[in-house]
Amino acid sequence: MGAPLFVNMEETVSVILFGVGFTMLMLHRNLIKKIMGMNIMDTAVYLFLAVKGYISGRMVPIVTDGIQDVSAYINPVPSGLVLTGIVVSVSTTALMLALTIRLYERYGSLDLDEILMRAAKEERI
Amino acid sequence: MSLVQNFPFFSIIIAMFSGILSSVLDGKKARNLSVAAILLTTVMSVFVLGFCLDTGQSYTYMMGHFPAPWGNEIRAGVLEGLTAVLFGLVMFFSVTGGMSHTSVDVEESKQNLFYIMIDLMLSSLLALIYTNDLFTAYVFVEINTIAGCGLIMIRQVGRSLSSAIRYMIMSQLGSGLFLIGLSLLYDVTGHLLMSPAGEAVKAIEAAGSYEVPMLVIMAVISVGLAIKSGLYPFHYWIPDTYGYATPAASAILSGLVSKGYIFLLIKIFYRVLGRENVIASQMVNVLFVFGLAGMMMGSFHAILEKDTRRMIAYSSVAQIGYIYMGIGLGTQAGMVAAVFHMFTHSATKALLFISAVGLYEVSGNKKDYKSLRGAGYRNPLAGIGFAVGSLSMVGFPMLAGFISKLLFATSALQSPHKMLPTVIALAISTILNAVYFLRLMITLYSIPESKEEQVDVDRASERPAKSSRKLELAVVSFILLNLVLGLYSQPIVAAIGSGLMMFD
Amino acid sequence: MSRRRDDYEQSWWKGFKEWVDGAVDPLASGIEIQIPEKEQRDKEMVHPGDFGQTQQSLYDGRGLWYFRRFYQVMSVFLCLSIIFVLLWTVSYLPAFGNAGNPDNNEVSARYIEQGLKETGAVNIVTGMILDYRAFDTFGESCVLFIASCCVLVLLRIDAEDKDAMAKGKSKKRMAEANDRIFEPKNDIILQKCACVLVPLILVFGIYIVLNGHLSPGGGFSGGAVLGSGLILYLNAFGFKKTERFFTEKVYRRVTLSALTFYCLAKSYSFFTGANHLESGIPLGTPGAILSSGLILPLNICVGMVVACTMYAFYTLFRKGGM
Repeated sequence: MGAPLFVNMEETVSVILFGVGFTMLMLHRNLIKKIMGMNIMDTAVYLFLAVKGYISGRMVPIVTDGIQDVSAYINPVPSGLVLTGIVVSVSTTALMLALTIRLYERYGSLDLDEILMRAAKEERI
Repeated sequence: MSLVQNFPFFSIIIAMFSGILSSVLDGKKARNLSVAAILLTTVMSVFVLGFCLDTGQSYTYMMGHFPAPWGNEIRAGVLEGLTAVLFGLVMFFSVTGGMSHTSVDVEESKQNLFYIMIDLMLSSLLALIYTNDLFTAYVFVEINTIAGCGLIMIRQVGRSLSSAIRYMIMSQLGSGLFLIGLSLLYDVTGHLLMSPAGEAVKAIEAAGSYEVPMLVIMAVISVGLAIKSGLYPFHYWIPDTYGYATPAASAILSGLVSKGYIFLLIKIFYRVLGRENVIASQMVNVLFVFGLAGMMMGSFHAILEKDTRRMIAYSSVAQIGYIYMGIGLGTQAGMVAAVFHMFTHSATKALLFISAVGLYEVSGNKKDYKSLRGAGYRNPLAGIGFAVGSLSMVGFPMLAGFISKLLFATSALQSPHKMLPTVIALAISTILNAVYFLRLMITLYSIPESKEEQVDVDRASERPAKSSRKLELAVVSFILLNLVLGLYSQPIVAAIGSGLMMFD
Repeated sequence: MSRRRDDYEQSWWKGFKEWVDGAVDPLASGIEIQIPEKEQRDKEMVHPGDFGQTQQSLYDGRGLWYFRRFYQVMSVFLCLSIIFVLLWTVSYLPAFGNAGNPDNNEVSARYIEQGLKETGAVNIVTGMILDYRAFDTFGESCVLFIASCCVLVLLRIDAEDKDAMAKGKSKKRMAEANDRIFEPKNDIILQKCACVLVPLILVFGIYIVLNGHLSPGGGFSGGAVLGSGLILYLNAFGFKKTERFFTEKVYRRVTLSALTFYCLAKSYSFFTGANHLESGIPLGTPGAILSSGLILPLNICVGMVVACTMYAFYTLFRKGGM
């Protein structure tokens, strides 16, 4: 298992980052850090995709000098997917930050456990 | 290509365009536009269903000038049409039924935004149903998630905001897993469209290469979508989310949103990963076990719950467990039962949420058991609606829930190893269902005893009964939908079966 | 009602009846571990408003400390197990940078070989996302649109709220809610720098948008640059200056018209494509600025939507709304 991991160094790094981001999003108590975790996770996937599109020794997929040969350019599909994905992650980040601002205004805390507890208490009163 | 074949595409675009247009309209116009869009798309879905039943096969529709492995594509068949029709109906009646509450719960100046969410939710659900492309599915899953979050938090009280952030966190976990699954799948197959990707997967399986990546891809995609649809160990966002949103939003979220993801999962199982591979990989067994756990624990939590709306929400956890149990059986019959239960649950849960609103209206908007005593007499129609919904969930003959339980039981008989746990779990879960639903029904139809309660009730009913025509209409239509699913189940089950055949 | 039995108070029936009424909960104790803990925490929380004190009382207590420790250990464990599973997968994946990988198949080959002829775009990625896979990209702009709607729901301060604040609440609260009282801005250094930078940034953004089909860039990246230019302008000169040309109304209209055009243009091309009709849109000479059919107008639309949305996000995240 070891050797392929060093050949696929970039993928290795990206999945490690994915794991870190995933855990942060799932288990960290602080909302801002959760959002950071989400961004790390998404970015790790984009790194993974970008790596997948790369082919050694080829150019970016923009037609130069009229060359239209497959062997000249890297795979354009992952780049397009990354572009789409980035916009999606920007939108969700903005939405989650807005929610965090509202929750902080209301409960004075960024700790999710505490927010939930205060919300439950507020309802009981 | 005939005009009807364009309808899936039209319905997605119409829903989306009405959402875009609503951003400059005021609340009332946006509402009318949204209702019109839902109706129009439902009618179109009926035509698509009719067309597919006529021709007896599915068709793909190019989104652009380029054929399959290069351009985007959508695909319509019997099952897609049927699901779209049912989702459209449930959406329409939920929106109209909860309309009067929407205008109270949502600030005046933000009402058009509510209907933007509804429109985009509809279009994303339709796109999830019809899509034949994995990455399109991812994009529309995200639209669905954000629209769902918007529907929850648009009623800006503390609990709905905190449940919205929980919902977003869980959904983002699911999306992240789904996205990395897609990337891995793209890496080993080189395709994003479902049909070519499915063929590539078949070739990979035949060659015996990439065994480990395929296993992980299956696991990651299933777990991602299971998190998003609220399968048992990941269900913690469900009760808050469904319990504190505005009624129309609760009905839509519980009835439709989680079903959209399940539908997508079934589609990916059949069309991309291959049903045999999924069964061979033991992934179905994992889903099966979690489904069983969800059936038990969801009902158990529902019994403990004091707030009736949260109780209905916990019952959703149990019903999602049923659906995953059906998928987990790994047989064609199990899958049919799962899809049928998906329909049952959409129709019934929306009925329960909407009729519960009618009951709260006559009980001073309180949601605990004590305040609801005798509410069935104060608002007879809502009481009947709630009773029908409860009985359907418990599995009373003639109603939809009975048929789906029958289907589950018969399909369990076909898979010898899973028969016993399935049947036992069905029995226990039915009893638990009966315990909490019948308890609420007894409460609804018992007369308040003490003077104090009587006074409370009188005070509550002094207020002009706000239960509008639309709510009554919605309740009646949902009851009818339940009866149709229960009494005319044969053609529907046959259609589901043939639709699943078309997936291969 | 019939005569009650003497031992009614202890009877099973009474318990059942009370449970039906929701008065008692026979199963409430001992099912979930989290419930008692939560209640205990609530008891410890004496003053709901006093944040400093609750912060302290929330996290002391031996049991809770162990719980936190356990939580940390479990999260590290989960993290490592996810990483391990994915690493296990990666070790079986095709090698990095190899031209023979499965993803370099006929799909990408056609994009590269025929892309220029079929879409007219020199930038193959732009041609792919705005023509071959345009439905995804349309969905993506809708994600941005709906996210901005959600942020609007959460953070917009409405006219009624403002009135209520002015009447009912103290001045301090009003000040907290509105950044505008710090205006007019008179930060000379920032303003002079902005005078130089903003035009450059805007021109660069427009260049990126217009050359999306010819060079790296496109609607999204160019729109983000434009948006950041607007944000710099706002920071240097304040709301008063920006509101001369950019209010919420303008934002809505721009977004609406851009998305409507996008929607109609793409519907036309999807419809003609699926029905095997000629679209009749000239592709022009590849490499010229007016080429590649619908891609240029679509890029402009996307650029406008993104620029406005970025600016709107920024103003909404500040206190006081647009």
